[in-house]
Amino acid sequence: MTPMLPSERVAGFVAHLRRSGYRIGPAEAEATLGFLAGGADAIAARLGMKALLTGSREQWEGFDELFDAYWHGRGLHRVVPAKDASTDLRELKPPPVWDRVLPSQQDRSTDVPQAQLADGDAPTSQRDGAGRLIASRREQLARRDIARIADAAELAEAARIAGDLARAMRYRLSRRRRAARKGRGLDLRRTLRRNLVHGMEPLELLRKRRPERPVNIVLLLDVSGSMKPYARAFLAFARGLAGSEIRVEVFLFHTRLARITEALRDSDPARAVDRLMLLSQGFGGGTRIAESLAAFNARYAKAVIDSRSVVVVMSDGYDTDPPERLAEELARLKQRAPRLVWLNPLLAWRDYAPVARGMQASLPFVDLFGSAATLADLAALEDEFARL
Amino acid sequence: MSFDHRALQQRLDAAGYIAEDSLAMALTLAIALQRPLLLEGEAGVGKTEVGKALARVLGARLIRLQCYEGLDAGAAIYEWNYQRQLLAIRAHEAEGMKADAVERHVFTEEYLLRRPLLEAISQQKPPVLLIDEIDRADEEFEAYLLEVLSDFQVTIPELGTIKATAVPHVVLTSNGTRALSDALRRRCLYAYVEFPDEAKEVRILSVHLPDADQRILEQITGFVQRLRREDLEKKPGVAETIDWARALIGIGLDRLDRDPATLQATLMCLLKTDADLKAITPEVSARLIGKVA
Repeated sequence: MTPMLPSERVAGFVAHLRRSGYRIGPAEAEATLGFLAGGADAIAARLGMKALLTGSREQWEGFDELFDAYWHGRGLHRVVPAKDASTDLRELKPPPVWDRVLPSQQDRSTDVPQAQLADGDAPTSQRDGAGRLIASRREQLARRDIARIADAAELAEAARIAGDLARAMRYRLSRRRRAARKGRGLDLRRTLRRNLVHGMEPLELLRKRRPERPVNIVLLLDVSGSMKPYARAFLAFARGLAGSEIRVEVFLFHTRLARITEALRDSDPARAVDRLMLLSQGFGGGTRIAESLAAFNARYAKAVIDSRSVVVVMSDGYDTDPPERLAEELARLKQRAPRLVWLNPLLAWRDYAPVARGMQASLPFVDLFGSAATLADLAALEDEFARL
Repeated sequence: MSFDHRALQQRLDAAGYIAEDSLAMALTLAIALQRPLLLEGEAGVGKTEVGKALARVLGARLIRLQCYEGLDAGAAIYEWNYQRQLLAIRAHEAEGMKADAVERHVFTEEYLLRRPLLEAISQQKPPVLLIDEIDRADEEFEAYLLEVLSDFQVTIPELGTIKATAVPHVVLTSNGTRALSDALRRRCLYAYVEFPDEAKEVRILSVHLPDADQRILEQITGFVQRLRREDLEKKPGVAETIDWARALIGIGLDRLDRDPATLQATLMCLLKTDADLKAITPEVSARLIGKVA
C-alpha cells in the first residue's frame, strides 16, 4: 500500500515525464491528483497514472521505466539524455586550412545572431543580398562540402533549404487543388442553402469534391560512422523540414532505428541537434540499413506512410547486411511508399558510381536518386521535389 | 470516488471479455472521470470488442460510428432530410401556407436525421459511443469531433444548441494508420492494447467455446502465439484464433499434431494474404506444432 502521496512528489513526477517529452497539461496533472486522492494501492496507482498521463504507444511503452526511475529510484532517468558538455561535436570543427579562408570560429558565431537560428531562416536583408560580403559568403557556403560544415550559419542555411523544399511541394499542391473542381456528387446541404434565394428552386448545383491533402515527408537518416561528417548538417536539414507546414516524420538509423520527430521539435534548435547527436551516438558501430528498414517497415511504415508520402532516405548506401536483404526491404517499403527518394552525399564525387553493392541493389526501387554533398545540391533538389 | 479496476475487470470477465489490468483501469477511469478513452493497438487485438463488452456490462445502448476517409458532419452528426423538406414545401405551397410558416415547419426535429454523434448525446441513459478506426477519418473531422467530445453539445444553426442529456461513455479505437493530433490525444485517456498472452488467449477461447477440451484449446493458442512471431504481413487476430478453433473443433480434431493435412487446409482461417499462406509451408507448421505438442 502507498500512503497518500504528497502532491509535490506527484508534481515532480509530472515534471519528470514532461522532461522526457510527455505533453501533460495542468488538467491531466489535476486529474492525477484527484485519482490518487481516491486511495489507490501501488499497482492501481501505476495503472491509473499510465492511462491518465500517456498519449501514444511510445509513451505507453516507456512509462513503466520512467515510473520506476522516479518512484523507486532505479533504472533510466530520462528517455532522451540531457545536453551534456562532453559531446564530441567539437571534432566536427573544420580543419585549420579553412581558418585562412573563413573568419575564425569565434568571429563567425558573433555575426550570426541567435534569433536567426530560432526560426531556421535567414533575415531578409541577407536573403536579397543587401550586403555583398555576406552574399558572397553564402555562395561559398553553398558550394562547400557538407562534411566540412560546422558553424551555426551553415546549419541554419541547411534548415532554410529544407524549408524551401517543403514549400515547393506545398505550392505544387495548391495549384493542383484548383484544377480538381469537378465533384463526385451533389452536395445537397450546400445546394439548398445557396438556392434559398431562388425560393428553393435548385438553380445552382454544388458538388462535393475530394479535397487535396498536402503531402508529407518521411525522412530516414543514416547516422552511422561513414555518414558522421554529414550527420549534423542533415539533422539541421531534418529540423528545417520538421519546422515547415508539411507534416514530417524523422527517423535515425545506424545499427538500430529511432524515431526522433518529437525531439526535433525542441524549442531550442541548437539543443535539439545536440540531443540528437547524443542519441545517435548511443548506437553501436557499423551500418545496418536493411535491418533498420525492416524495423521501420514492421513498426512504423503503416502509421506514417500514406498515399501522399514522400519517403526520403539519406545514406551513403554502405551496408553490413547482405545487399539482397536491402533490396527485399526496399521493395517492401516501396510497396507502401508512393514516392521514394534516396539522397547520397557521395554521389557528387567525380569518380563515384553507385558501386556499393547495397546501393546497386536499391536502385530499381528508388524514384529519385539525388546528390546531397553540398548545400547547393540540396537546394537544387527543389525542382526535382516539385516534379515528384 | 472509487477507482476499483478489479471490480470492472470481473464484470467484463462475466460479460465474456478478458481484459488486461491496464485496460480495466483505463476503462474505470474513463467512466469515473467521464473522459473519452483512446485505444490503440494492432488490428485484431480486440479493440472494437472492448466497446461492445462495455455496453453489455453497463447495460447501455451501443452507438457505433465507423470512420472512413471522407466522413463528414452530415454522416456523423446530423443532416436535414432534404427530400422530405422539399416535398413538404411543395405541399404547403399548394395549401397556400405563408412562406415563413413553411420555413418554421421544415426546420423542426421532424425533418432532422440524427447521425451517431447526435444520437449519442440525446439519450436519456448514457450510451456507449464507439468511434471505430478514427485514424481512417480525415483530420478535419478529427477537429470537429474534438468539439463534440469536449462539450458534448452540437449546434444546429436552424434549431439552436443541443446539449447532452447524459454524457456518453466514449471509446475511440485506432489502428495507427495515421498519426492522430495531439489535441485529440490530450482530450482522451489512453491505453495500448496488445495481443493477449498465451494464458489469456486460452481463457478467451474457453469463453467462446465452453464445451471444447482444454487441451486442444491450449494447443491452438500455442500455435497461433508462435505463428504471430513469424514474419507475416498480417498477424492473425484474436477473432481469427476463435474462427480457427471453431473450424478445427467443428471438424472434430482433438489433437493438433494428429492431422497435418487438415491443419494446413484450415490455415486460411488465420492467414488472410496469399504471401502469408505461402510463407507458412507444411514444414513451418510442423515446426510450430513441434513446439506446442
